Amino acid sequence: MGLMEFLHEYDTSLLLAVGQHLRLVGIALAIALITAAPLGAWIARRPQASGPVLLAANLIQTVPSIALFGLMIPVLALVNRGIGAVPATIALVLYAQLPIIRNTYVALRSVPADALDAARGLGMTERQMLIHVALPLAAPGIIAGIRVAATMSIGVAAVAAYIGAGGLGLFIARGIATTWDTMTLAGAIGVAALALAVELILEIAERRLTPRGLRSSGRRG
Amino acid sequence: MNEALTYLGENLGAIGARLAEHIAIVGAAMIAAVPVGAGIGLMLARESAGRVRGIIFYLLGLGQTIPSLAILALAVGVIGIGPLPAIIALFLYALLPIARNTYAGIRGVPAATVDAARGLGMTDRQILRQVELPLAAPMIIGGIRTATVVAISAGALAYLIGAGGLGDFIFTGIALFKPEAMLAGAIPTALLALAADRCLAILERKVSQVA
Repeated sequence: MGLMEFLHEYDTSLLLAVGQHLRLVGIALAIALITAAPLGAWIARRPQASGPVLLAANLIQTVPSIALFGLMIPVLALVNRGIGAVPATIALVLYAQLPIIRNTYVALRSVPADALDAARGLGMTERQMLIHVALPLAAPGIIAGIRVAATMSIGVAAVAAYIGAGGLGLFIARGIATTWDTMTLAGAIGVAALALAVELILEIAERRLTPRGLRSSGRRG
Repeated sequence: MNEALTYLGENLGAIGARLAEHIAIVGAAMIAAVPVGAGIGLMLARESAGRVRGIIFYLLGLGQTIPSLAILALAVGVIGIGPLPAIIALFLYALLPIARNTYAGIRGVPAATVDAARGLGMTDRQILRQVELPLAAPMIIGGIRTATVVAISAGALAYLIGAGGLGDFIFTGIALFKPEAMLAGAIPTALLALAADRCLAILERKVSQVA
């Protein structure tokens, strides 16, 4: 069976797998965003805390995904959650911390002091300054962090098929197990295409979210 | 916990053998990737690279977006199973971080420094060897560090395409639901990645003090 034939024959299960894959990644990213972005904002105000927080996130990132699963499963098995979506989601949330924390931190730190002074001069409260000045200026940087986290998560989620989380990795896993190259190829191409598509979409979002005054040549004048 | 320790003790020899395989795969890929990646970075840092630079970095960046499991699976389709496709996949995967950091490192050498070297009568080759490369070394090592950690991580998946390595214990442990086997693979894999990261971080710092 050729690749085209395969895609035709298995179109529903492929689509289902894409849905599963995106749901896993989407939920994990949402959790990662509401944990990592505030943490990044917090260390942007407390430079002495930034070192340890970034180091910890970096250490987590260094642990290979399948090793992290291997470490988590025995622990989560104690509460009967060893395999499936739970360990997969936890791993994805952990991995997404570093890019989002780091980018939020860097983006907020690089908001020009002049802009904040001007906002204060206009009588804005701290809260208003964050919402109306700092966050819009930092948005492209934060989105860039989400973009890195998203493409990485799609890759880790593919490995998560081996611990029963489903998704497109299942085609790779089954294809390898049964030495059916067409199935492996369909899974690999699917995962790669998904990662590239998400990357391109978030790249466009990043550009759109850049305040007009900051696009292309506007800045640092 | 006791079971895990007993298992570790009984399989110490096998763990060592898988660890050696893991290091051999990653090592082979990195030995090939460092000169090639640095070469690409150096070429792109030249003024004459022009528009090609953007295109090559864009392509390398897109390649990096493709998950490692997908790259390994694609390598099986093209080359077959065994250590060779794994090494080639890891090699390709390691190119971008090394090329990008070499480029940034060379570009970061102040123009005045290069001018001064030229004023001393150095040839282009001497400038590269004695001025640019030493100053760019911390960045280049930073790229090698990123690439090595990624390769160790992907190396754990290489078991799936018949290349051996520490992934053996992890995947077997998952398949048989044998937590002690999972830990016997996961702990050394994580330690290997952390150790490589820390060692290269120290080297990076040492070199930047010299520079």
